[in-house]
This record gives sequence, C-alpha cells and structure tokens, in this order.
Amino acid sequence: MAERSFAREVEQLRIGAGQEFRGEGILAITKALLECGVGYVGGYQGAPISHLMDVLADAQEILSELGVRFEANASEAAATAMLAASVHYPIRGAVAYKGPVGVNVASDALANLASGGVTGGAMMIVGEDYGEGSAIMQERTHAFAMKSQVWLLDPRPNLRSMTKAVRDGFELSEATETPVILELRIRACHVHGAFEARDNQRPPLSVKDALSAPRRSTERLAMPPFAFRHEQEKVSKRWPRAVEFIMENGLNEFMGPKAGKVGLVLQGGMYNTVMRSLRRLGLADLHGNSQIPLYVLNVTYPLAEAEFLSFCEGKDAVLVVEEGQPNYIEQAFGSMVHRKGLPTRVQGKGYLPMAGEYQPGEMLEALSGFLADHGVTPADPRQRAPNDTQTPPVPDLSATVPLRTPGFCVGCPERPIFAAMKLVDQKIGPHQIACDIGCHLFSILPPFDLGGTTMGFGLGPASNGAFDGGGERRPISIIGDGGFWHNGLASSIGNAVLNQSDGVIVVVDNYYTAATGGQDILSSRAEHPTRNTNNSIAGAVKGVGVKWVREIDRTYDVTKVRDTLTEALTTPETGPKVIIASSECMLNRQRREKPLRHAAIGDGKRVVVPKFGVDEDVCTGDHACMRLSGCPSLTMKTLDDPLRDDPVASIDDGCVGCGNCGEVADAAVLCPSFFQVDVVHNPGRFERWYARVSGRMIEALQRRRARKRLTFEKAEMA
Amino acid sequence: MSEHPRDFTPARSDDDGLITLAILAVGGQGCGQLTDWIVAIAEANGYRAQSSSVPGVAQRTGATIYYIEMAPDTGAEPVFSLMPAPGEVDIVVAGEIMEAGRGVERGFVTPLRTTLVTSTHRVLTLSEKLVPGDGRADSAVVLAALEQAASHLVAMDMERVAADHDSHITNCLLGALAGSGALPFERAAFEAAIRASGRGVEAALRAFSDAYERAQSGIGTEAPAVTETPEPDVAGPERLRAEWAALEARLDALPDPARAMAGAGLRKVVDYQDLRYGALYADCVLRGAEADRAAGGEARGWAYSTALAKHLANALCYDDIIRVADLKTRGARFARVRDHAKAGGEAVLAVTEYMHPRAEEICGLLPARLGRRIEASPRLFGMLDRMVNRGRRLRSGRLPAFVLLYGLGGLRRVRRKLWRDRVESAHREAWLALAEARLPRDYAMAVATLDARRLIKGYSDTHGRGLSKFDVVLDGLALVEGRADAADWARRLMESALTSPDLSAVEGTLATIRSFAGEKETA
Repeated sequence: MAERSFAREVEQLRIGAGQEFRGEGILAITKALLECGVGYVGGYQGAPISHLMDVLADAQEILSELGVRFEANASEAAATAMLAASVHYPIRGAVAYKGPVGVNVASDALANLASGGVTGGAMMIVGEDYGEGSAIMQERTHAFAMKSQVWLLDPRPNLRSMTKAVRDGFELSEATETPVILELRIRACHVHGAFEARDNQRPPLSVKDALSAPRRSTERLAMPPFAFRHEQEKVSKRWPRAVEFIMENGLNEFMGPKAGKVGLVLQGGMYNTVMRSLRRLGLADLHGNSQIPLYVLNVTYPLAEAEFLSFCEGKDAVLVVEEGQPNYIEQAFGSMVHRKGLPTRVQGKGYLPMAGEYQPGEMLEALSGFLADHGVTPADPRQRAPNDTQTPPVPDLSATVPLRTPGFCVGCPERPIFAAMKLVDQKIGPHQIACDIGCHLFSILPPFDLGGTTMGFGLGPASNGAFDGGGERRPISIIGDGGFWHNGLASSIGNAVLNQSDGVIVVVDNYYTAATGGQDILSSRAEHPTRNTNNSIAGAVKGVGVKWVREIDRTYDVTKVRDTLTEALTTPETGPKVIIASSECMLNRQRREKPLRHAAIGDGKRVVVPKFGVDEDVCTGDHACMRLSGCPSLTMKTLDDPLRDDPVASIDDGCVGCGNCGEVADAAVLCPSFFQVDVVHNPGRFERWYARVSGRMIEALQRRRARKRLTFEKAEMA
Repeated sequence: MSEHPRDFTPARSDDDGLITLAILAVGGQGCGQLTDWIVAIAEANGYRAQSSSVPGVAQRTGATIYYIEMAPDTGAEPVFSLMPAPGEVDIVVAGEIMEAGRGVERGFVTPLRTTLVTSTHRVLTLSEKLVPGDGRADSAVVLAALEQAASHLVAMDMERVAADHDSHITNCLLGALAGSGALPFERAAFEAAIRASGRGVEAALRAFSDAYERAQSGIGTEAPAVTETPEPDVAGPERLRAEWAALEARLDALPDPARAMAGAGLRKVVDYQDLRYGALYADCVLRGAEADRAAGGEARGWAYSTALAKHLANALCYDDIIRVADLKTRGARFARVRDHAKAGGEAVLAVTEYMHPRAEEICGLLPARLGRRIEASPRLFGMLDRMVNRGRRLRSGRLPAFVLLYGLGGLRRVRRKLWRDRVESAHREAWLALAEARLPRDYAMAVATLDARRLIKGYSDTHGRGLSKFDVVLDGLALVEGRADAADWARRLMESALTSPDLSAVEGTLATIRSFAGEKETA
C-alpha cells in the first residue's frame, strides 16, 4: 500500500559476501540488519525513515525466510516496548522511527528499557532531519541518550560507515547490556552509494524459539529496588565498559596527520561537509586525505575522554563541529580539558551557528575563520588569490522569486474539507481550531489559513481541552487517521468523552498514513495478507462513548461537509461531536490506478476518465476559486485579448478530476465557468449511437443559431 | 566571534575531476527519476557518483533539491558532499524558471562556473494565484538575471517541448543537459538511460532529441518572437456582415491606440448582443474620443479614449445567465472542450456544467417591471430564492440540458428589455457621466474613473464585492480630485483593491484619504 514500492530493490537484500551492494542508505541499513542476524524488527513511519518501514514491509518474504519477525508497530512507544524481547533473551532487535518526535513518544519505554538493560543487542534507528529536510521542530535525540544512559551512534554518511555502525552498534549494545540509538540525517537515509556485502545471518535464537523456553530475571526488572541498583550500574559498570569498548574497537576515527597546531572534532554525520570545506580550502583532497588532524566521533555518546585528551595533546585549539543545540559535546570536551588543565582551547559554537543545519557555506566560513585565527593558511596557492572583486555581480532576485511552500497535492481529498471549513468560518464567524500532525496541517497555510497549533501526533483534539467547556462558538479540532490510531483514540477522543467536551472533532481518514507514504494502519481499506485492516474508526469512536458521530464517505462533496460541520457546530447535543471524513489519498490512488486504467483502455474496456476545465470566456479572472482551493492543477493563463487585464483560471493536464473545483464553485456560489468533462474510452454501442444522434441534433441547433448572427472566431494558430 | 569574509577563491580544483550537479525542481515533476538517470549514466561511464535528496516535501508541490556529485573512478573512494554549496555547483538543472531564479538567489548559480539548464515555463505558486488581479512574478526579470548569473545558459520551455512529443519534462531536461555539453558523456550514454527505464521510450527519445538539438544550437534561449495576432474572422449572414463592415469602418475615425482597442471592443459587444448594441458602443466611443481630443488627449497618448474603448466594452458585456448559456452552447466551445480533454476520435464525452443560480440572477432574467417588483419585495424575493437557489449540474452534451441552455442563450434577443439590463444601464450611464464630467477638469482622474471598471467582475458574491470595491474607489477618487497627488492616490486605491480579495485593504486606503482630505476641509 505504500506509495513507493521497493519490491525490486529488496532483491539486493539477498546478496552475499563479496558482492557489491548499490542503492539507497535505508536499504543498506536493512541489509546490515540481516547481516547482523537480527531476530525482530519494527518501528513507526515518519520521514526520513518512512522508507525503511516500506523496505521492511516489502522484504517480508526474505525476513520470514530468515526467521525474522516484522511488526508495524502502533507507535514509537510500542516499537521501543517491543525491544523488551532483547531484555532477557539473547536476540538482536531493531526498531526505526523519526526523531525527535518519535523519541519523545518512545521515551517512556526507552527509560524502562535502559534501566534494566538488555541481553541481546537492541537498536533504535532514529531519523533526525535538520534544515530544509525537517518536517518538524528540530531537537536533539542526544539529550535522551544522555538522560537514559543509552549510547548514540552518528556514523559518517556513506553506506560503508553506516552499515559498519549497525554491526558496531549491536556489539556495543551486547558488550555493555545497553540499548543503542543509531542516528541518521535525512540525506544519509536517501544517499545513493555502494558497499561490500556480507552473508545474511539467521538469528541464533529466533523469537519463535524463545517462546518455547521463556526466561525471566528480576535483575533486569525496572522497578524499585532493582532500579536503584540499575542507577548505579549504569554509571559504574555500563558506561566505563562502553568507553572501553569504543576505544578498543576503534569506533571513533583519527584521520589526517597526528600532529598539528589545531584539530577538528566532528560528529560522524558532519564528515562529508567538513571534508568538502577542507578541500575547498586546499587542505584536503577528494579522497579524504586531510592536512588537518581530525577526530571523527562515530559514537557521540558516551565520549571517550582518554581519546579526546590524547587528540588535544600539543594542539593550540580544537574546533568541535557539533550540529544542534545545546552543544552537549563541546561542553563535555571543554570540561575534560579544564579538569585536566590542558592549554588547548575547545571552540565550536560561535565559529559555527548556534542552531540549525550546518550547510556547506556556513561550514566553509567557520573552518576558514577558525584556521585563520590560529595561523593555518591554505596550502594551495590558488585558493589564496582574492576573488570577490572579479566576480561579476549577480542580480538580486529576492523580491521577484516567490516562495514555494508545500501544500495539498492535486486532487487531495483534504482540500474540500478545509474549503468547507473556510466557508463555515465565513458564514458563522471564526473558530478556535486545533490542528494535528499530518498532511492536513497544510490547512494552516494559505489559502485556508485555518488553525494555529499542533501539539503532537494524535493530540489535536486533546489540545483543545481547555476550550471544551464551550462558549459562543464551539472549538474545532482536526486529527488524521494515523494520529487517531497512534494514540488519538485514548488521548484525544477518550479524553473528550470523559471530560464531556463540547467541541467538534474532524477525523481526516485517507485510508492509511498518507503523509508518511501510505503505510497501513488499523482502518486501512486494502485487504492485507499479513495485517488486520478495515477496522472502523466510527466503531472505535462509538466504542469509547461518543454519541454524535457522522461519517462522510466522499469528502469532495463540499456542500455536505459544510452542512455537516454546521450541524455539529450548532446541534444542542452535548458531548464531543465527531465527523469522520473519508476519501482516499489521491497521490497513492493515482499511483495505483493510473497503470491499471491505461491497461484497461488498451484492452478495449470501457473506462471513464474525468477532468475539469474552465470556460475561459466565462471566467472573469477574480481568482475566488483559487482562494478556496490552492490545487496545483488549478492555475492561470493570460488570454490573448486586449480587453482583459487579469489572467483567467485554467486547469492544466495534471488534473485528476477529483471534483473539488465544481463542488466549491457550487457550495460557495462562485461562477459557472467550471465544467467537468468525462472522457468515455471504448464506449458501448448504444452509448456511441446516442452520442452520435444527440451530437447531430446539437450541431444542427448550433448551425441554426450561427446562421442568424455574427460570430468572431480566432483563426487557428499555426 | 569576529566575522570572517571568505579569503579563498571558489576556483574549481579540476585535477580530481569532481563534477557537482544540483537539480532544483517543483515537487511532483519527477526529478527523482532524472537524478537516478544521471547517477546511472555516470556510473556506466567510468565515474563514481552519489546522489542525495530530501523527499517527502518533493511530492507535495514545494520547492525541492536533488544533489549529485561525481568523479572519475580511480579506485579510491571519494568523499562526496550531500549538499550543494554556494559557489561550488558546476551544473544546475531547473525544472521551472522561478526555481532557476531560486538557484541564483541561493548562490548555486555563479558566473564563474555554472552551466544552467532550465525550463522557462511557469508553475505558479499559490501566493501568485490568490491575488484577485495579476499577482504573477515576472519571468522576464528572472530570465535576464539568469543570463547574467550563469556561465552558460540553456533555457527553453521544456514543458512545451515535452507536450509536443506527448512525453514528460524529465526527458527534455535530460536532453537539454546532454545537449549543453556540461557532462563529459556521449549522447548515446544519456539515451541508454532512457531506454533502460522502459516506459514510453519512443516518445521519450523524441522529446530528449528535440531538447538536445535545441540546447546544442541555442534555439529557445532567445526570447520568443512576437507573433502578430491575426484578426478574428467574422462569420454570419451576408447582410449582417455588410452592416458589420460599415460599423467597423466608423471606428477608423478614432486615433491609433484607441482604434485597435475599439476594434476588439466592438467585436465583443456585437458577439455579445447584436449590431444595434455595437452601434451604441461605437457612438459612445466616438463621442468620448471627441471629448478626449478637446481635453488634449493627443498629448497623453489618447489614454482616455483607449480606456473608454476597453472598459465600456466590458461594461456592456455584463455576465448574465444568457451570456453563460450562449457561450456554453456554441460549436467552437464544444471543440475547445474536446481539445482540452485530449479525447481521441472514438471516445465519447460527457460534459457537466456546474451552475448555481440565485434569485438575483433569475430576477435579472425577468421583464424589467416584474424583476423590479420581486427584488423590491423581500417576501417574494425570498420565495424565489428558495425555489431556485441550489447547485445545478447540467449535462450540456445531452439534448435536454442542451436545449435548456440553448433556449436561455436565445433570450439574447430580448435581453435589453429585462430587469438586469435596466440595472446595468443605469450603473453604466452614471459611471460614464462621471468620467466625462471629470475629463475637462482632470484628465488623469477621468481615466482612473474608467479604469476602476476593472474591479467589477465575477458572479454572485464575488460580483457584489467587486461592485463594492468599485464604489469605494470612486468615493476615494471624488475625495482626492483636484489635488496635485490625485493620480498617485488613484493608483494606490486600485492597487489595494486588486491585491486583496476583500474590501479591507481598499477601505484602509480610503480611510487614509479621508484623514487628510477631512483635514483639508476643516483647515
């Protein structure tokens, strides 16, 4: 069901020792898990590791051949809780989710898991995205690693290093009885590269076998009094053992010359950007040979003090390249140097930006500044020539080029929901609207401008709690089907029932978790061989005690959505009012149906393909339709008519004929310029006959009128 | 911390053969495929390559960047960057012209090294579309900047080239990239990548080839030649055509820019109603031109006559049900719909019109006296509204709905006796009188009065809002009349009315005018 199929790519997961693997980062990670003899995998989707879940789902055949259990977990908390299988059993397990939101959700389970520790290697693969790749706020998983005392790996972003980090991570986890987190940035997840594969390993003990011989030990139970002991054990045994392991096995890397006036300490993930800047400064070549000493932290927590201090020996200063805020690593190193009384200066933030993604431009500036301040000049004379004077000025386009923010796709079934909501707002007055995580969050942006908060996945309705006592106008909240099953049923719907909320809750159901790429959830409509789908959201809502429930099974019916919303906002009924608005994600639907449709047309079957159009001479160019739509396919063109000042609406070939344009024009009483044209491919005989007959009569009428009047038709342009 | 200007040239270290390439696209354009192709081409031709991207946003219509680095395979593993750096991109491929502009803005396109391959077509952003007037960014400004910013520019409308070959823009982007010669690979290497993808290969190769040739020969990098728009042909019975010729000849008395506009206006008016209506238009425009001449219009490029020719035509051709029905039932329109649907000869079309008439529109269709009575009585009006006010889906390709629309379109003959015509005529006359009265006193104000007509457009509520804006602007004009900066205020009034969909902006401008106009009165 996922929007992207890895069916072809996962075949590479079967290759063995000596063969070269070529592909994307996430696929390589999956391969590494199999090479490590992982016993079970799971997780919760979200960029950038959504595709990791898709790869696992598409690889189920290979997984089951190897005896590996795959769970599509209900949430990150559930995924982390699943790592409980590694607590008493020597089974390796891995789960994936997006950080920091995923880590936040997982943190309850994470704390419990970390306290008792593990027997088998337990790994959380966390996608952290910064900068333009970030769909969410930027926070550091690092803080969670520190507070729960679990180890954090941040490998260099190439497939060889990333797959090695998976192997190292499991060994480190087992050697220290501690779960580990493997952190990957979004570009590393999607980097295309190669590495030398190894043979896949069957897990030495499968989860199935483990069930036949259950084990338990109160030693690992995360509750007092055992937890008091864990607290000590974490710092007296596990931590020192981890530092030892890291140093013994060379998990961190020293590169470049040993001696130097200055050195760079960097997170593994920063390596490529740092190397590119050094190359530009003439201090490194393309193949990673640096003239500056580098200390690359593939493990960013815990830090190996002895390693760092030896790196500092004889150096005036080291620059810590640490993305994210606060600068935990820089602070820790600073305090190490201070305690030891070394003269080396530890620098970092200041040269580098306090927060946000470290982009190449910023890195170059930071490194050249740091190096210049410490008297290091570039080796390559070419690099020293002044340049800015001879660079021709590049025109400033900032006022011309418009921002291009993401929005609902062509034909998105959520667009009409928000068009209806906007109409309701225009009619009854503005409402307090709470949003939630998911595509529907685009409602916050123009043209809808609805809603102003999002407090977490599945927490839209819960975040209206304070307003739920009612007032002049009822509060409205949005929740998606993904968030609904993630935790919304209890945290949002149950919460509203218990507290006798007076609010209106709109559940946006698009048949699966559409925003993350179409992964299945309980209410997915497709039949699935290894999942139980088709469970009713309405049933669940009624089950927890909601009395007022309305289901809309075609969101494109703007009039109906508007009227249902109005009813929910005005009904005397008490308690939460839940509207479940369902239509399938158009992006995924098109992906699935388009090839089938083409095939059917080719096979001579009757197929109806709808498309919308605008009568350009009826359209007056006021763009009211666009202010209620925002469909990428609904665009504008200039007419070749000196009498018209403004461009008119026009529908391009991307139109999928969802119907929103017509429905909005109707519900908002806009204008009669929209028409829908259904192209009937391979029509039946009667259909053809009828079309011919009525066509002839129509043409006769048209000729009749044309004979009696003057018409002006543009000659066809060549 | 001190500031550190970059002391080092961004000169390219050619010795290792590194090539950096960024693809700037609009999500949904399929540039992930293009990225995969380029990587495959590089790897098949003795290079090591790495690509990276930030998907997710990509499908959802935002701006997105794919980044590729490649270097000759020497056996050693290169360290490739995952992000493009300002000043260090050798090749930028842009799927849309504003994205190319964004590449310049972000410093990826530099005159020292960057080959820029861009499509010049527009994918409008939402912010441009929401403006009630024309909010589109100026492509010409961007194109001029691209020429300065790139070391080598290949620019053409690849969306159109793709459409010409019934193919996809990615094929053209690859073709133009190959044709630009920026990558050290043979043409056949690029084509092999398209062949390997295995879908619609023939069309794809044609699109590729077209773009390749254009890139090589530099065609398409110049601004498109201005084509003379041919005058529309007049069709109809002999007698009417003769009358038309006589009527059109009367316009020859008009000075030059106004003559062309009036020609278009006359065609519109006659097409809308009939020759008599056309004569009314011609009389009014000719009279206006006389007044223009008297007011010294020649020195002002005949702005008044031209504005009159334009806006009077639009005012005469108000949008009513008759107009809509007439337009929707014409033969030419049927052909246009078939064209739009890209339907083959065998396919049958079913066309559905989305109409939503209200009591206002129905009242307008009634004989003047009856329409006036109903509109004056809230009870009758409410009753009528309850009867008619709902969405109507008409299958205009089928006989019953067609006949209904055809019949409505036929009401054209009695249009001038209907209530709506009375309303429109009165409004129009008042507006023209106002402009005419201002002309001898303040030429610019008179033109501004005519130009305000641009605000009246749309149907139902939108039309109502347009009328209100028009009224506000006329109020404002009346207040500033006679001031030295009146023209400037007129421009501001129009601007605020055209950029904001509701009345708030233009009312704000009016309030500002009131504040100082009021002061003047009391002073």
